Parts: sequence; structure tokens; C-alpha cells
Amino acid sequence: MTDTTDTTATGELAELAESIFAEASGTGTAFDAALWKTLEGSGLARLTLPEAAGGSEGSFTDAAAVLTAAGAHAARVPLAETDLLAGWLLHEAGIALPAGPLTAATGDLDVADTAGGSTVRGELRRVAWSRAAAGIAVLTPTRVVLLRPEHVTITDGANLAEEPRDTVRVDGPATTAEIPPGAAEQLRLRAALGRALLLAGAARGALTASVTYAGQRIQFGRPIGKLQAVQQQLALAAAEVAAASAAAWAAAGAASADGMTAPSTRFAVAAAKARAGEAAGAVARIAHQVHGAIGFTREHDLRLSTTRLWAWREEDGSDAEWNAEVGAAALAAGADGLWPLVTGRP
Amino acid sequence: MPPPVDLPPRAAELRAQVRAFLAEERAAGSWVPRSDVWLSGWDERFTRELGQRGWLGMTLPPEYGGAGASPLDRYVVTEELLAAGAPVAAHWVADRQIGPTLLRFGTEAQRRKFLPGIAAGEVYFGIGMSEPDAGSDLAAVRTRAERVDGGWELTGTKVWTSGAHRAHAFFALARSAPRDESDRHAGLSQFIVELDSPGVQIRPIPLLTGAHHFNEVVFDRVFVPDEMVLGEVGAGWRQVTSELAFERSGPERFLSTFPLLAALVGELVAAGATGTEREIGSLVSRLWTLRRMSLAIAGSLASGNAPELAAAIVKDLGTRFENEIIDAARLLVSIPPDPGAEGGYPRLLADAVLHAPGFTLRGGTNEVLRGIVARGLGLR
Ligand SMILES: Cc1cc2nc3c(=O)[nH]c(=O)nc-3n(C[C@H](O)[C@H](O)[C@H](O)COP(=O)(O)OP(=O)(O)OC[C@H]3O[C@@H](n4cnc5c(N)ncnc54)[C@H](O)[C@@H]3O)c2cc1C
Repeated sequence: MTDTTDTTATGELAELAESIFAEASGTGTAFDAALWKTLEGSGLARLTLPEAAGGSEGSFTDAAAVLTAAGAHAARVPLAETDLLAGWLLHEAGIALPAGPLTAATGDLDVADTAGGSTVRGELRRVAWSRAAAGIAVLTPTRVVLLRPEHVTITDGANLAEEPRDTVRVDGPATTAEIPPGAAEQLRLRAALGRALLLAGAARGALTASVTYAGQRIQFGRPIGKLQAVQQQLALAAAEVAAASAAAWAAAGAASADGMTAPSTRFAVAAAKARAGEAAGAVARIAHQVHGAIGFTREHDLRLSTTRLWAWREEDGSDAEWNAEVGAAALAAGADGLWPLVTGRP
Repeated sequence: MPPPVDLPPRAAELRAQVRAFLAEERAAGSWVPRSDVWLSGWDERFTRELGQRGWLGMTLPPEYGGAGASPLDRYVVTEELLAAGAPVAAHWVADRQIGPTLLRFGTEAQRRKFLPGIAAGEVYFGIGMSEPDAGSDLAAVRTRAERVDGGWELTGTKVWTSGAHRAHAFFALARSAPRDESDRHAGLSQFIVELDSPGVQIRPIPLLTGAHHFNEVVFDRVFVPDEMVLGEVGAGWRQVTSELAFERSGPERFLSTFPLLAALVGELVAAGATGTEREIGSLVSRLWTLRRMSLAIAGSLASGNAPELAAAIVKDLGTRFENEIIDAARLLVSIPPDPGAEGGYPRLLADAVLHAPGFTLRGGTNEVLRGIVARGLGLR
């Protein structure tokens, strides 16, 4: 089972991304600098950004092709952070983008304007990939702030997948700008969309590994994949993967067609992150069950997918949080408005 | 999954027309919204109304009474009807699978005979596949077709035939050549059997509610003329499989209990209940996702593909979702089910609970569907 592919430009992009990330697969937890160089060289690192920001002007559907592949191969790069979040926020705010990988955070920093510029002070928690970033874009309640590595102190932290989620302390100069209208809401939706796509990819990765393993592991004289009990479990996992993937791609499609802040896109992103988050647990559980004890070891690569599924379903809004938003919208729509809500534009 | 599909802009206009018509019908009290209407909501007046509006057999070419519309247009109409809980059972099988199958495999004479009536909402069909010893293992059918002068003679028994007591005809899958153990799918053929033919006996098999829906259809040397053979003699298996593709991924595979979900939202709003957003949101996120998947398959079918694996996945997820709605409806409000109520929440819940066993059986059981998925994954 593969992600949604077709023969269009997005299909070609998906193939390119697939080959790049498959090549880069490997264990370890550190930033994959070689992969990042390849992504920059092929225009994928700033895929959706405008040319003026060094980007390739791709659509969210293009981003879907790249991020699902990144998720499927457990890529150790801040791709969604650079392209969908920090790059977008800085460019919108009129701050020049530093070269290299970027990350973004939302948090409360004290911003003081001085004669020579701004100084900021404060602490940000669980910032993704900050130790590898050439710049940290921060949305504070009052300003957009760009922090440079030389002005921050980083304490390492991690999520369930051992991806960097650091504490960042700053007390020094920074570039700041006015907050573009609607930036907070858009940043939240972009983060959820990116995470949903990564989740769909990781779910596919776990399924592919499980199907391959079931074809190789021999018990009772034949591959366990020939046992109907195992087949039925893998079929359930495939259904969850298909649902996560369809939901994430549909949300990306809505964002491409209607813009990120259209009410229909907002609903789609909420539903997609929630559905992908719900799929994550089921897929990880079945993948581990099918792998037996070997999959429960550090040595085996299955954990690269499953720990990401567990980590990412909580990040950028858990399924509980997004479902609560979808549910609130449904209750606001009422009995007669529910169906029109689901079908979107009339 | 096939690529995502966006409905064409004209779909919005069509949808608005269907919604306006449904609002009129409901205002007039012509019918009450129910659960599982495509199984049990038999209303020939309503079906003819749809026919007059051009909403049946929509994808058929105009010379057969259709509108030459795209399957996505038909999708819009059917999902609106199902979501409203409208009584669509009379034409369901004919509109969904008989029309397209006749168009694909039928002779010109067969098309002229049946298609205009299907599009008008006046000719109803059943499905004559299952037998006492051939359920999931459909290739085990034993109904025999013997060659006779000018046609075939059918002898055997079909079971679980939905609506046979009201339908005009069905496609019977029968063995036209002796069984060959090395190729179990060979030697099967499909016959168009008019259900008032001499030698056809139709007996009710009451559902657990007592309702008459299912039938046993017994053939005792029923003559079927050569003109009523469907497609090729011996190609029955291939034809039946292609017919099933229309059966598995449509909106009826996840909307059977949607009217109950809408009513549940209505009850929660009326009671001013808070704290149920997550449960409702989870159902709605699932529903939205299923619809996107099902639409993608409809788009793929429209461009001539047969996405069997994706269709099996939608039916497996969708029919389980129909059951999840029932659980939420039981647990989030305490309104007891009442099968005797005229309508409303108690009746929607009662019908949903009592019909639920069928959701994951009809059209191929979920276990069998997962077998199809496993084959698609390369495991079998
Ligand atoms: C509401 C409803 C309407 C229907 N309408 C029609 C109709 O109009 N026309 C018609 O022809 N048929 C109709 N059917 C019949 C339907 O197609 C069959 O019920 C279905 O194919 C299953 O066959 P069975 O009931 O004989 O169950 P069985 O095949 O006997 O299955 C019993 C159980 O065994 C499991 N099982 C069987 N084989 C396997 C396997 N290989 N692997 C794993 N598990 C397996 C099944 O999943 C199921 O759980 C209808 C059924 C229902 C419920």
C-alpha cells in the first residue's frame, strides 16, 4: 500500500521524495546534515515558500507528497518546521530568512526595544530541532521574533521518538517584527497539517515494515503472513493507514484549493490531525504484535516508525484536542447543519 | 488509495436541488427519516418522484432514459438521500448496480427492455447470488442451468434475496457447466430472471425483527430464453465481481446510521449538554475521512478503474463506523430505543440496533473483505 500517487507533477515529486528519504534512512538521533543538503539542493527544503524567500512555490499538496515520504522514512530533519512554519512566519513578518534549517515556536518572551534594535528575554519549552537550527522563529503575544543560535542557550530534551524537543533560553539581541494578521491561527493549522502528513507517512512506514516482515518470518513451516489471523490484523492496519493518508491528503488539498484559513480548511485540518492521531495507536499496536519480540528491541528499525507515531499523535494538538474542535463545530451546526458541515462547500 | 477528488462546481447546484426537494418532502410529511433506509425504506411513490427528476439511472446514456451524468453526480444525489434518511430501498439495487451492469454486459434488447424503467423508478431488481451453501464462498453456487431448446432451465435455491417479493427481476448466478475443481470460477453464468416466471417460488424469511425483507427464491425448471442470458455464458464470475465493485464503496457503506448521528447531535444541543465534544468530534472526523475515501474511489471508478482493495477498506471501516454511531447514541444520551415509535430518536436507535448485524455481513463480510485487503498487500 502506497500513499496517494498519480501521474501528475505531485506524483513525480512523491517519487523524488521517496527516493531521497529512502536513501537517507538510518538510525541515530542527530540531525541528518547530509540529507538536509540534498533537500536544499533539490528545492524540497523550502518547497512551499515564495521565490523571494528562497522557496520553490509549491502547493500544500506538493508538501503532502514530501512530508508523507519524510514520515515514512523517519527523516531526521526539521522539514515541516523550516518550510511550513518558520520560513512562512518570518517571510510574512518581513524578516529575512537565515540560510539553513529553521524551527518555530510559540511562547511568551519579554521583548524590549532599544536604540540599536530589540532585546528579548525568556524561556521556550519543547522546541523542535532548535539545536540544529540556523534560526528560531518565535511567535510571542506581541511580536514575531527571530533568534539566532549565538544568542540562545539550549538544554536538550526529546520526544518519545528521541527527536530534539529542547528548552531554549534567551537573554540578548534579536530581530523582531509586527505580527501579521491571523498568524497565530494559521501557524497552529500549518503545524497540525504538517504533523498529520508526517503521521500518515509514519503509519505507512510501520505497515510496510510489518507486511515485509510477515512475508519473511517463518513459523509453523510457513511465513506468518500466510496465517489468516495475521492477515486480518494487517488488513485492519492497512485500513487505518488508508484513513490517515486520505484524511491528511484531503486536508492538504483543501488548503491548496481554498487557502489555509478558510473555514472548510480549518475543519479539514482538524479532522485530519484527529483521524491520523487515532490511526497512529492502532497501527503501532498491530505493527508490534506482528513483529513479535524482535520489534521490541532497540536494534530493530520498527521503533523508528512506531515511536514517531506515539510522539506525533500528541504534538501540534492531540486527537483529543482536535476532535473537541470538530465536535464543537458539529454541535454548533446542530442536527440539520451537521451534514452540510461534513460536505463542506454546498 | 486513489487520488483525492474534488466535486465539479456544478455538483453544488445539483446538491442544492436535491436538498430543496428533500426539504419539501419532509415538510409535507411524506416520510419520516429512518436508519438503514436503503435496506428497509421501500416507497415506490418516492422512487418515482426521483425518477421524474432525473435522479435515477443518472449515469445511463439519454437513449436509455438516463442523463449521461458522471458517477460523481450520482454520488451527490445518493449521499444526500441517505443522509436525509429518505426511503430509497425500492430502486436501490437497480440504480446502483443493475443499470451499470446491463450497460456494460447487456444486449441492446435487454437495455431497451429494462433501463428506461429503472431510470423512471418503475422497474425494481434484486440480487440473486447467495445460496444456502454459498455465502462467502460464492463460487460454490449449486443452482443449475441446463441447456434446453431456445434457452436454459434453472433449478435451485437462492436465499437472503432482498426485496424479491416486490422486485420485477434479478440476476441469478448459476452453474451452466459442471464444477471443475481446478478452476472453481469457470462454468458460472448470469441469467436475468423475471420473478413472475412460471416455476419461481418466493417465500419470506423474516428478519429478527419479524420484518419481511429477505426471501428464499426457489427455481423449479424455470425457463430462461437465450435473450435473457446476461453477458457471456461461462463469464459469470468475472461479471459478478465487476458488479460487486459498485456495491462496496458507496456512501451507503457508512451512512446507514447517519440520521441517528444527526439526531444525537440534535438531542445534545437541546439538552444543552457539554463535555461530549470529543466523542462527537471523533465520529465526525471519521465520517469526514470516510467520505473523502469513498469519493476518491467514486472518482477512480468514473475514470474506468476498479479499485478493489480501496473499496474493501472503505466498506470495512465504514460498516464498523455505522456501529460506532450506535454506541455513542446509547451512551451519550439516555433515551431508550423504541421499535414501536413512529419516528424520532427512539425509533432511529431501535432500528439501528436491530439492523446492525447486517451492516458487516451484506455485500461480503468484513472478514472476507480483509482477505481481499491481505491479497492486495501481497500476503496471499
Ligand atoms: C441484510 C442482508 C441483505 C442481503 N441481501 C442479499 C441479496 O439481496 N442477495 C444475495 O444474493 N445475498 C444477500 N445477502 C447475503 C450476503 O451476501 C451473505 O450474507 C454474505 O455473503 C455472507 O454469507 P453467509 O451469510 O452465508 O455467511 P458465511 O459465509 O457462512 O459466513 C459466516 C461467518 O464466517 C466468516 N467466514 C466465512 N468465510 C471466511 C473466510 N474465508 N475467512 C474468514 N472468515 C470467513 C464470515 O466472515 C462470517 O463471519 C444479504 C445479507 C444480509 C445480511
